[in-house]
Amino acid sequence: MKDDSHFDPSPAPGDAVRKTTCYMCACRCGIDVHMKGEEVAYIEGNRDHPVNKGVLCAKGAAGIMQHNSAARLRAPLRRVGERGEGKFEEITWDEALGIVAKRLGRIRETDPKKLAFFTGRDQSQSFTGYWAQQFGTPNYAAHGGFCSVNMAAAGIYTIGGAFWEFMSPDWEAAKLFLLFGTSEDHDSNPIKLGLAKLKERGTPIVAVNPIRTGYNAIADEWVGITPGTDGLFVLSLIHCLLKAGKIDLDYLSRWTNAPCLLDGDPKSRTYGLILRDEGGRALVMDRASRKPVPWDAAGVKPDLAGRWRHAGTTHASVFLTLSDRYLSDEYAPETVAPKCGLDPAQIHRISARIAHAAFDQSWQHEQDWTDFRGEHHTHVTARPVSIHAMRGISAHSNGFQTARAIHLLQVLIGAVDVPGATRFKPPYPKAAASHPRPHADTHAGQPLDGPHLGFPLGPEDLLVDEASAPLRLDKAFSWENPISVHGLMHMAISNAYAGDPYEIDTLFLYMANMAWNSSMNTQAVMGMLSDKDENGDYVIPFIVHADAYSSETVAYADIVLPDMTYLERHDCISLLDRPISEPDHAGDAIRWPVVAPDRDVRPFQSVLVDLANRLGLPGFVEGGEPLHSDYADYMQMHERRPGVGPLAGWRIGETGLTDGRGAPNAGQIDQYIAAGGFKTYAVPEAARYMKPFNAAWWDWSCDMGFTDAPAPYLFELWSEPLRRFQMAAEGIGARQPPEHLRARMRLTHDPLPIWYPPLEDGHADPVEYPFYVLTQRPAAMYHSWGGQNPWLRQIHGENVLYLPTNLWRSGGFSEGDWARVESAHSEITVPVAHMAALNENTVWTWNAIGKRRGAWALSPEAPEAQRGFLVNHLIHELLPEKGDGLRWSNSDPVTGQAAWFDCRVKVERVPRERISHPAIARQDSPVGQGPSVVARSTGEPDPAPGMMSYILKFLFMNKRLRANPHKEDEQ
Amino acid sequence: MHPAASLILFSTLSGAGFGLLALIGAGLARTTGWAGLAEAALAFALAIAGLAASTFHLGRPERALKAFREWRSSWLSREAWLAAATLSIMAITTLIRLAGLPALPLGLVGSALALATVAATAMIYAQLRTVPRWNHWTTPAIFLGHALTAGTLLAGHRLPAAILLAALAVAQFAAWHAGDRRTGATTRESATGLGPRVRPFEAPHTSDNYLTREMVFVVARKHRVRLRSIGLVLAYLAPLACLAIPPAPLALPLAALLHIGGTLIVRWLFFADAEHTVALYYR
Amino acid sequence: MTDLPETRSTKKLGLVIDLDTCVGCHACVVACKAWNTENYGAALADTDAHGAAPSGAFVNRIHSYEVTGDGAPRIVHFPKSCLHCEDAPCVTVCPTGASYKRAEDGIVLVNEDQCIGCGLCAWACPYGAREQDPVAKVMKKCTLCVDRIDNENLPEADRIPACVRTCPSKARHFGDLGDPDSHVSQLVEARGGMDLAPEQGTRPVNKYLPPRPKEDEIDVLAPLLAPVAEEPKGWLGWLDRALDRLG
Ligand SMILES: Nc1nc2c(c(=O)[nH]1)N[C@H]1C(S)=C(S)[C@@H](COP(=O)(O)OP(=O)(O)OC[C@H]3O[C@@H](n4cnc5c(=O)[nH]c(N)nc54)[C@H](O)[C@@H]3O)O[C@H]1N2
Ligand SMILES: Nc1nc2c(c(=O)[nH]1)N[C@H]1C(S)=C(S)[C@@H](COP(=O)(O)OP(=O)(O)OC[C@H]3O[C@@H](n4cnc5c(=O)[nH]c(N)nc54)[C@H](O)[C@@H]3O)O[C@H]1N2
Ligand code: SF4
Ligand code: SF4
Ligand code: SF4
Ligand code: SF4
Ligand code: SF4
Ligand SMILES: [Mo]
Repeated sequence: MKDDSHFDPSPAPGDAVRKTTCYMCACRCGIDVHMKGEEVAYIEGNRDHPVNKGVLCAKGAAGIMQHNSAARLRAPLRRVGERGEGKFEEITWDEALGIVAKRLGRIRETDPKKLAFFTGRDQSQSFTGYWAQQFGTPNYAAHGGFCSVNMAAAGIYTIGGAFWEFMSPDWEAAKLFLLFGTSEDHDSNPIKLGLAKLKERGTPIVAVNPIRTGYNAIADEWVGITPGTDGLFVLSLIHCLLKAGKIDLDYLSRWTNAPCLLDGDPKSRTYGLILRDEGGRALVMDRASRKPVPWDAAGVKPDLAGRWRHAGTTHASVFLTLSDRYLSDEYAPETVAPKCGLDPAQIHRISARIAHAAFDQSWQHEQDWTDFRGEHHTHVTARPVSIHAMRGISAHSNGFQTARAIHLLQVLIGAVDVPGATRFKPPYPKAAASHPRPHADTHAGQPLDGPHLGFPLGPEDLLVDEASAPLRLDKAFSWENPISVHGLMHMAISNAYAGDPYEIDTLFLYMANMAWNSSMNTQAVMGMLSDKDENGDYVIPFIVHADAYSSETVAYADIVLPDMTYLERHDCISLLDRPISEPDHAGDAIRWPVVAPDRDVRPFQSVLVDLANRLGLPGFVEGGEPLHSDYADYMQMHERRPGVGPLAGWRIGETGLTDGRGAPNAGQIDQYIAAGGFKTYAVPEAARYMKPFNAAWWDWSCDMGFTDAPAPYLFELWSEPLRRFQMAAEGIGARQPPEHLRARMRLTHDPLPIWYPPLEDGHADPVEYPFYVLTQRPAAMYHSWGGQNPWLRQIHGENVLYLPTNLWRSGGFSEGDWARVESAHSEITVPVAHMAALNENTVWTWNAIGKRRGAWALSPEAPEAQRGFLVNHLIHELLPEKGDGLRWSNSDPVTGQAAWFDCRVKVERVPRERISHPAIARQDSPVGQGPSVVARSTGEPDPAPGMMSYILKFLFMNKRLRANPHKEDEQ
Repeated sequence: MHPAASLILFSTLSGAGFGLLALIGAGLARTTGWAGLAEAALAFALAIAGLAASTFHLGRPERALKAFREWRSSWLSREAWLAAATLSIMAITTLIRLAGLPALPLGLVGSALALATVAATAMIYAQLRTVPRWNHWTTPAIFLGHALTAGTLLAGHRLPAAILLAALAVAQFAAWHAGDRRTGATTRESATGLGPRVRPFEAPHTSDNYLTREMVFVVARKHRVRLRSIGLVLAYLAPLACLAIPPAPLALPLAALLHIGGTLIVRWLFFADAEHTVALYYR
Repeated sequence: MTDLPETRSTKKLGLVIDLDTCVGCHACVVACKAWNTENYGAALADTDAHGAAPSGAFVNRIHSYEVTGDGAPRIVHFPKSCLHCEDAPCVTVCPTGASYKRAEDGIVLVNEDQCIGCGLCAWACPYGAREQDPVAKVMKKCTLCVDRIDNENLPEADRIPACVRTCPSKARHFGDLGDPDSHVSQLVEARGGMDLAPEQGTRPVNKYLPPRPKEDEIDVLAPLLAPVAEEPKGWLGWLDRALDRLG
């Protein structure tokens, strides 16, 4: 028998556990941080946490290395070299904040719009937006515009909630799951946990994706679709379902605007809008009386097939109009399949599966509930088809309409917010009309007239001046993309550089690596950031960047504000923002300092509070007195509306602590800490399904402070806001679009879901450029920022471009080859590899693996900087010129969503290279290079309690392993 | 497999040393007087240099003595014991002989131990099912052949050496040939259980690791042919040619030197050519 | 000594890995590194950590393979760590006794204090389950989290390997494969759990559940949808009747 005494069978993972929220991505999982003294010893998932239920992803488990990263900034920096060189001097916070406050103060007093403040995936948008609003600039947005605004807008305009963040498949009860265009998503652990549940029950998973990796690899059926054609595919499913009568007529007539009558008179001012009575109530045909009556009149039986002949015009129901369209052979599987790169039989098969799951496998879920008409129900009909979609749909210029098509499919089979179907997560549902409108009214020294971002309902809500010129730097809410509800962060730099629509003074960036992976046309953007005018001044006069690490963007800043890491600062995962709710509960969470920083860094949100105080911003300063000392104080004491603040738990009620609405509580954060860093609020049983129509939901929503009054609504299969823009394009109405936009607007702002080819197809010759180039999120990397992590960079330290079999063969490729990849506007030279489980019109690579030499405390010789690459160089923020003298934005024409995945390329074999191109010159590192040898474990117990936590046991060793010395090519 | 210099030197030098010791033990070399002393010294030097080189292959050479512990199951441990036993017995034998006394029985024991040591060394490799090229009786045979040939050359026996060289050249050639065909029962299909048409898509990490450095080594085919030819010429044919030259004082030492030099190349190939099952997972 | 234990309990602790469920996320890889760098033996070091050729010790890695065949081509993510073989060649080759298999539960361990770093055990393992630490220069391998599974300092529910605890898709299962009633044995039974490279004679304890046949490869199609009518007019008639039935 062996002696086991050489190891400790029961090591304590630490001597204390601190429970907080992960920040290695935006999924917001709960973590248990095991401490040894003041050192972090081990991080694992919090079993009680509603998001991750104990599990962690690779990034989360590597958080300890991120926190201790060699790339962490150490102190505020002032640029001393040229922009982009990375030469800095460290300065004090007083100096840094003094410089910034002075500059911002001057801007605010003269022309607030000269500040452009754009933030990335920071999870504090309700706070940063509020700050920018109080500052008074219209130029604020977060990353949603380049991320998934198509998904968000299509969902909210159609059903009042979106796949993105505010809906969840019913993992417990679904009988069929369809996944569109998703590799990881923000909800990455919940999706994996959900897939595990489906697998356990043997529930079939259908994955629609050109690439079969990750989630898609484990799907039972793979739909290897050609990029940008999902709209056709889905409308074809709808065609089959309609044709077979596999739709939920009861659901459609009760809960959607399908029975509503459309004004069919081409001469009318409301042509194509829903007919309404004098009171503004939508009209339907009553099946009993055969008369048009208000849709919610007592006893009405809305006729889905309603048609009202009146004064020589026929007004048909929305449903007739839509069935007319989709029953057409234009949408037959046999017609669309070739364009989608699919076999028609597969489309037939999947529609049959949907019908089977939705109708044959349905059941009645016992549930007493009352709808907004006051009608009582004893059950909810399950439609166990869950659907989820993400950026594979969203990041195309037809993504808004495609996402609408998916929602239409869900609604037609009655599969929204019922058992087995995709369900809303509080604080959603909420109709577009119940959201605010966008604001941009700017006055020197004044706050903005309202929130920046909102939901336009028609041309009157656009942010344009009398000459139709955009009021915002990013041209959001202009005719070019009217419902760009998240702004267009990807246009901020190029517009600022072009001085179009106007010049700005200061670009203030936070949490987005805009000089690298979150820009299109990266090399050119780097040029814009460092270009000078004829006087030798930078074209973009001043750049402030808040970052925690030595990223590519740091090199372009004039002032760098170093942030704390997620283990050191306070954060608020708020119901006002993107909370941690699931369908049956609302939830919010915090981060709090579980370790003390060992350097001169400050939490950025507190820095914003400090700046607000220095600038005397209303809402932050009252009567010359600051209201908040720092962000933690703001989290507890700020009230957005009376009784409603960033955190919903443990507020002060009339009789004691309460949730939802209540007065601020100065001990609130301590309560969260004691409870494990989060709080959930169960949705009352009777309010769990059919929420948009459910009186109990609206009561609870009001109680909790999500809304101030019940706001039930109908699903909008026919979108009136879209129709209003389309009408404008047709020449109806007071506010008219510029001529050159009319035709496109008429096509793309169709009130019913339609498909049109990705816009780049019309600009880059599809024969010349036959392949779409895609990227996917690697599960073990978070954008550019995972690359500094010594553990994770071994998993993804370089990338290759995967080529489908047809291209691999025709191009004469073999293992180890390189290729030149050319788009209509640029080219890159990169290593390639073969993949068979790939759509034949697609090439792809992992996203954001390539790094600039010298960034992230990595050696300039790092594989990330030598062979790793970005495809962003190939993607232009403007489409190629088409002979009309115009450069159209490479965005969805409705929402302004960055169309990352529209890019078409050709691929040619080239002699093998050692480095990928373009090879951007190196930047200096303000933090040096990280140590060679890392052997992470905690040291001896902390000598003096309260001493600053000390970091890794870095062993410096001169010996370096040679780069792969033993591999030779097989000849 | 990664052709580690330490292991190539070890197996070549100590092989030659133990080969010579085997001849000395059996009284088939000069065993008396200064010549005997010199011959023994050479044998010991080669054997010990080889053993010393082998410790460079250890991650923790300071713990090398722990290798003696598991002789019941481990060929490496057995080799350590056998080497130690050989060296001690042969040291005693040599001393006795230097004193002018006969020591043939003890010498024969030493001789057997020396050959056993070489065999044990070979068995470290030959026992590995994971390396089909090694996992065969030809591995100890070739190792023993090399040891005896080097020993015979160093002991200055022209004709036997020539015969051994010729035989070894044929044997080595045959072993290469057979080894090229011996792929082992394990395939990517059996290693992954994923059917006949499975190919690696992505390695677990984009960076190298211990396994890829140590076991996933690929010699380009054209290099392999060239190196085998050079090995054949240097290790066997050139020494044979030297031996064929009418007796010249330096012919034998030159032949021995060429042979040992050639053996280094042959050993390099022994490692570099060998494919480990782990490679099935990675390539 | 390095012989395999002669008398063994019937307990055979190990992992069952579901290839039908693993999404290749590497969560288990990093959780394993994080737990084991802090606990059992030497830290799992990384060399050239910020340089041109970063390389560190990991004792659990995820391969991925492409499988082509009759159906659509597909990717299979393939986790691999020590299989805790019953006839573990890595144990018998070890000259020092550092490598051993525990009689009580079959876990294969390395006593790092006794390891000379000869690497022979790694050569003997067909699966690539052992890696020498680049700094401590001793052999590292999956310990089956032997310092978690009976750890009195962990709550009961956490007395499972770190990789199993963290796997978000629940593709990893831990238990006693010697007990036919255990949930892992049941899984192996139900799903046709397989051995890797059985011809190596190692008799692995860990089992792999093969990917289930995909729908596009097996012929269990749902019946195609029959149209309610061929003519558009007929469809409207159907609609009318269906609406009437709704009442
Ligand atoms: N691990 C990890 N997780 C992350 C991130 C990360 O960097 N790393 N980033 C986070 C962020 S910011 C975001 S926005 C989300 C994004 O989450 P995802 O939406 O999952 O992001 P992508 O990786 O862009 O995935 C796009 C998927 O769509 C597919 N696709 C592309 N075009 C089409 C198409 O036309 N049709 C269909 N059907 N599919 C298509 C691609 O093959 C790919 O699988 O992930 C978040 N989660
Ligand atoms: N080709 C292609 N390009 C894409 C996409 C794609 O799919 N394909 N996806 C797009 C999408 S959806 C997104 S969201 C963007 C993401 O792209 P980016 O927003 O650029 O994402 P990151 O690389 O994560 O950069 C975030 C920045 O925040 C910094 N940071 C990290 N942690 C902290 C912290 O705690 N505090 C502070 N102050 N800073 C911190 C990082 O150092 C880094 O500089 O990329 C877009 N670009
Ligand atoms: S998914 Fe991973 S990185 Fe993101 S919050 Fe959860 S554990 Fe952290
Ligand atoms: S998998 Fe390898 S290391 Fe593990 S017991 Fe089997 S042979 Fe030994
Ligand atoms: S490396 Fe260590 S554990 Fe492996 S065989 Fe050698 S001594 Fe034994
Ligand atoms: S059982 Fe423990 S040591 Fe083994 S792979 Fe899992 S986490 Fe790593
Ligand atoms: S954590 Fe689970 S799903 Fe992820 S790679 Fe490991 S085994 Fe596969
Ligand atoms: Mo994003």
